[in-house]
Amino acid sequence: MSKLLSPAKTEVLFMGNEAIARGALEAGLSVAAGYPGTPSSEVIENLATVTKERKLYVEWSTNEKVALEVAAAASFAGLRSVCVMKQNGVNVASDFLLHLAASGTRGGIVLVTCEDPGALSSVNEGESRYFARMLEIPLLEPADFQEAKDLTKWAFELSEKIRNIVILRSVTRMSHASGNVICGKLPDKSGIARFIYDGLITDPLRGPVISTPVVIKHTLQQEKVKKAVELFEDSPFNKYFGPRHPELLIITSSVCFLYSQEAISMLGLQKRVGILKFGCTWPLPTKLLKKYLRLTDKIMIVEEVLPFLEENIKVAVVGMLKEIGIKTFYGKMDGTLPSVGELNADLVVHALGKIMKVKYKSLPGSYTREIKKIAPLIPERELTFCPGCPHRASFWSINNALQLDGRGGFVCGDIGCYAMAALSPAIGFNTVRTLHSMGSGTGLASGFVKLNAFGLEKPVLAVCGDSTFYHAVIPALINAQHNRADITFIVLDNAGTAMTGFQPHPGLAVSAMGESVPAVDIPKICSAIGAKVAISDPFDLEGTSRTLTSLIAESGSLKVLILRQICALSPEKKGKKKFLMQVNEELCLGENCGCNRLCTRIFRCPALTWDQIKKKAAVDEVICAGCGVCYSICPQKAIMRTEAAE
Amino acid sequence: MRDKRMKMSLAKNPMNIIITGVGGQGNVMASRVLAGMLVNAGYFVTIGETFGMSQRGGSVMSHLRVSSKSALSPQIPQGRADIIIALEPVEALRVLVKYGNPDVAVLSNSRVVYPIGVITGDFTYPSLDEIESALEKLTAHHWLIDATAAAVELGNPVLGNIVMIGALVNTAMLPIDCRAFEREITKDISADKHKLNLAAFDAGAKMI
Repeated sequence: MSKLLSPAKTEVLFMGNEAIARGALEAGLSVAAGYPGTPSSEVIENLATVTKERKLYVEWSTNEKVALEVAAAASFAGLRSVCVMKQNGVNVASDFLLHLAASGTRGGIVLVTCEDPGALSSVNEGESRYFARMLEIPLLEPADFQEAKDLTKWAFELSEKIRNIVILRSVTRMSHASGNVICGKLPDKSGIARFIYDGLITDPLRGPVISTPVVIKHTLQQEKVKKAVELFEDSPFNKYFGPRHPELLIITSSVCFLYSQEAISMLGLQKRVGILKFGCTWPLPTKLLKKYLRLTDKIMIVEEVLPFLEENIKVAVVGMLKEIGIKTFYGKMDGTLPSVGELNADLVVHALGKIMKVKYKSLPGSYTREIKKIAPLIPERELTFCPGCPHRASFWSINNALQLDGRGGFVCGDIGCYAMAALSPAIGFNTVRTLHSMGSGTGLASGFVKLNAFGLEKPVLAVCGDSTFYHAVIPALINAQHNRADITFIVLDNAGTAMTGFQPHPGLAVSAMGESVPAVDIPKICSAIGAKVAISDPFDLEGTSRTLTSLIAESGSLKVLILRQICALSPEKKGKKKFLMQVNEELCLGENCGCNRLCTRIFRCPALTWDQIKKKAAVDEVICAGCGVCYSICPQKAIMRTEAAE
Repeated sequence: MRDKRMKMSLAKNPMNIIITGVGGQGNVMASRVLAGMLVNAGYFVTIGETFGMSQRGGSVMSHLRVSSKSALSPQIPQGRADIIIALEPVEALRVLVKYGNPDVAVLSNSRVVYPIGVITGDFTYPSLDEIESALEKLTAHHWLIDATAAAVELGNPVLGNIVMIGALVNTAMLPIDCRAFEREITKDISADKHKLNLAAFDAGAKMI
C-alpha cells in the first residue's frame, strides 16, 4: 500500500510535498492538475499513484495556466480540486487567476505554489506572495511537516467557506524536506460533479461563472477576503510561542519558523524572545497581531526574500499606533536580514544575537585555523551534464555548426537541464547567450534576427526541450513564422520532463495516471506552422553537424531541427550501457596530440578522465554511461567502443 | 522517552547527520533508508535535501536531524554536524569545513569522483594522504573505506550507498541495527533486490 494512504493516527515520514498531497486527500480531493517544476512536482506525482484508490482525476497539464483552468472546472462543478506549480508558474497562471478570484469558486480549490528562495533549482527567486495581495486571495503558509498536511486540508474548507480560491505556499526547504506526520482520516468519497449555470449572472452559486459585472463581483470578492480574516483571527495555525513578557517578538511564517526556533535555542534566549508564527499570512489578522505587538516594543520579522510580511505588518501597525505605541522593527528594510537568497538558522542567529547582544559560542580557534588550512585543498565541483547526456552531444554539434558557419552566430537558451549550457558557459561550449523564462529563447531569437536591419547580422538559434515546447514555445514559433524570423530552432527532445523527474508531457503516449493517450507530434506541429523540419540523433555527431550547418545557412524562413535521444537518467536507459568504452593508450598522444585534449578539456564528460601518471585520457567505468559519443570526438580514434552485451 | 519503541538512546539529542556525495551516487536513497530506520525506532527525523538542478554532477547533501522531542530546522547549523557520511572523499572535506567541529565523526568512501575542473586541469584533487591527514585533524573519529570497490564486486557500483549504511550501523553511533535495515529495505525495494541490498549492507558492516 502506498504510504500516502496510511491509516488514520499512524505516524509516517513525509516529504513536505507528500504531506501536502495527503492533506488534499484528507480533504476529499477529486481533481488535481499541475505542471512539473522543482520543488513542486512530487505533489502531483504522489497523487497520481493513488487515483484508483481515491477516485481521483490527476493530470500533468501543458502549462500552469491550463492546469489552473482544469482544476477550476472541477470547483465550478462543486468538487474539491488542487492545482500545483512552482513559483514562476504562478506568473504563467496569473491572468486566469485574476479572473478566477473575481468570478469566485464553488467546490474547495487550492493553488499550491512551491517556491525556491535562493534559487536552488531555479533561475529566479520569484515570489507569489505578492499575487495573493495583488489579486486579493487568502494566503496560507505551513511552518512544519504536520502543518503542511493539516493546513492543506483546512485550505479546502476555507475555500468552500468563502467560495473562492486559496493559495497555499511552500518553499524548497519544506517541500523537499521530510519530517514526522501523524495522518488523519481519509474520508469516504461520493463526489458528484454538477455544474449549475441557469441562475442570474449576479448569483455566484447558481449563475454562470464569470467575473462581471465587475464592480458587483469585485465587491463580493472583497467581502470574501474579510470573511477569511475573521476566520484567521481564531485560527490555530497562527500561534504564539514563548514567555509572557518577551523582550523581543519574532514574527515569522513558513519554514522560517523552524529557523527562528532553532536560533533562539542556539543562543539560549528561550526566556527572552517569543515567536508569533502566522500560518495565515494574507490578509493579516490584525486583532491577533495587535494582541501580540503589545507584548513588547522590539519586533523582528523573519521571512525569506522580499519583506512581504514586514510591509503588511507595518501598514497594519500604522492603523493601531494609538493603542500600541511606537515600536522598533528589525527585518529586511533596515538590513537586519538579507532580502536576497534563502535564510537558515545561522543567519537568524547572527541577526538575533546582534539585537539581543548575545554572542554565539563558536568553534575553538585552533579548529577554525585548521579549517582555514584545509579549505583551499578542496576543488570546486561544477555542475555538468550527466555522463551519457544527449545535451552534451547536441551542444557539441551546435558549436561545430556555428564555427563552420563562421558568422558569429549564437544560441538563445531556455528552461530545462540544458539551461546549464547558459549557467556554466563551458558546458554549452560557449554557445548560449541568453536564458530567461519557459519559451523565451524562441521569442528572443525571433526578435534578434529582426535586428539585421539595424546591423546585427548573425545567425540566431534557439533551443528548447520537449516539455518546454508544449508549455510556451508554440506561440513564439508561430510568431517567428508569421513575421518571417529566419531563426534556426532546435528541440532537444529527450522524451520526458527530465529535469523534474520524467513526468509525461503531451509528446508521450502515456498520461500522469498511466493511461494511454494520443501523443502530440512535435515535427507535425512545426510542419503545420510552415517551418522546414529536420530530425537527427544527437549521438550522430557528424550527421547532426551536417544537417545543422545547412539549416543555419538557409535564410528567409523558419527552420526546425529536432534532436531526439532519450535522457541518460530515464528509467528505460539508466544503468544500461550501449557501449563499453576504453582508451587505447598507444593511440592516445596525450598533451602532444595537438587537439588540446579535446576529450578532457573541452568535452567535459565526468566519465572521461585524465590519468595524471600516464598523462593519457582514461574512462572511469563506474561513471561511464556507455553512450559512445566520445568515440567520435577523438581525432586519433584512440577512444574505442565495443557493443555491450545485453 | 517519547515512545516505547525507543529501546536504545541517542548519544546526542538532537543527533545531526549529513550524508554527502556527488549527484547520481544514491545520496537521497541513503538518507531515506537511514531516516526510515530511525523513524521506525521511534524518533522524530527531519530531513533537509536539495535535488533537481543540484544533482547534475554537482555536490549533494542531505541533512538528517534525529530527535526524541520535535521537528527541527531542515538545515543543520554550521559547525554542528555530529556524523558525516560521505560517498566521495573530497565531499567529506567540503562538508567538514562548513559543518565540522572537534567532536564530529566521519565515515567516508575512499573512491574518488573527479570534478570536471580537476579533469580539465584547472583544479587539483588532494592526494588520499592529504585527505587522511585532514580527517585526522578535523574529526574525533574517522573511517575511510572503499565502499565502491565492495559494490562493484557485488555487481553494481550504485550499491556503494548501502555499503556505507552497513558500515555506519556497525560503528554503533546510532541506535539502529541490521534488523532495522532489513525491515526498512523490504518496504521500498522490490523483492529481487533485497538480497543484493542485504549483501551490500553486510559487506559494509564487515569493513568497520
